[in-house]
Amino acid sequence: MAESPDWTSCLIRIRDDRDETAFVALFRHFAPRVKAFLMRSGADAALAEEVAQEVMATVWHKAAQFDPARASVATWIFTIARNRKIDALRKQARPEPEDLPWGPEPDPDQADAVGLQQEMDHLGQALAELPDKQRELIEKAYFGELTHREIADATGLPLGTIKSRIRLALDRLRHAMDGRAR
Amino acid sequence: MTKITHHLTEDLLMGYSAGTLPEAVNLIVATHISLCDACRASLDAYDAVGGVLLERHSHEVSEACLAGALDMIRKGETSATPAPRRGCDLVPAPLADYVGKGLSDVKWRPVGMGVKQAILETSPEATARLLYIPAGTAVPDHSHNGLELTLVLQGAFEDAEGRFARGDIEIADDDLEHMPVADISQDCICLAVTDAPLRFKGLLPRLAQPFLKI
Ligand SMILES: [Zn+2]
Repeated sequence: MAESPDWTSCLIRIRDDRDETAFVALFRHFAPRVKAFLMRSGADAALAEEVAQEVMATVWHKAAQFDPARASVATWIFTIARNRKIDALRKQARPEPEDLPWGPEPDPDQADAVGLQQEMDHLGQALAELPDKQRELIEKAYFGELTHREIADATGLPLGTIKSRIRLALDRLRHAMDGRAR
Repeated sequence: MTKITHHLTEDLLMGYSAGTLPEAVNLIVATHISLCDACRASLDAYDAVGGVLLERHSHEVSEACLAGALDMIRKGETSATPAPRRGCDLVPAPLADYVGKGLSDVKWRPVGMGVKQAILETSPEATARLLYIPAGTAVPDHSHNGLELTLVLQGAFEDAEGRFARGDIEIADDDLEHMPVADISQDCICLAVTDAPLRFKGLLPRLAQPFLKI
């Protein structure tokens, strides 16, 4: 695939038209990614696949709550997968912030969604361009494979160094985004 | 609403986004974000990083998995957009799930000098409690192991780190020795979370003690 498909309009077809073909396309792309995310967080393959299935069904059922002006499809699915992970792997409730006084706009500004998707592309690019070591640290911290302390133990680096590296990597990501946002 | 001046750290925001924090810490983070648009925006940025990372790796799923998902979407009820979750009576929605509808429902237990607390039920790696500090009262200097997070719900307190009012969160680590004093004008109610480092896991009775050693 030369260009990344437009997952936002795919999800909007699911949301507004209950389009099963769109769901299958979304599933084929995201279910393997959710499964990989779960496995990196410590689930075995069978559990990871079961959770991926539930996450994708949740995407269908909660599609009305998707707000393309606030989150990309990948981000939205990430938050659903993360919450299911906490529930399935750690058997814990996940307190979520209360809703903003204003909900998703019924007719969101197309420009917002496009702008957001561009930011996501820049962020993805910035992440790909990071030195391997920094990118790996961010991934490890994010997927909960290792705590900061465990990363320090594994690499022999002091804890403060690890934290500042992660922060530096995120700063670089942010900077890359700011520089291209305009 | 007064302006919030004490915010979450990047570590807490990232940990909350990644889903690697204990339940009690998630609770205080979610409660602060409910009151703070700045931290909500930062969280959105961290979630976006999660979305980008999600795209980077994949692991093949079976056709049976897709068939099962199609089965689930055809059978399941499609939830209408639920009513927005809102808090009430000074208690933001995520906290209301733990304390009931309002502060009047809280079952306070005295810990001395008019200070009261109520422990909330969460997973054991960290403890969440509500603290009630009468106006003008100084909470005696107390020691804690690990992290202590304090979020003001009502009133205000002041210590060496500054003044903390509704929505402000104080983040204290091992080293900080502090003696918070509640404002004279109003009783102060806070949500406080202490983490218990895993190395103390074997000392349950000690962890069960109120950290207010009065
Ligand atoms: Zn804040």
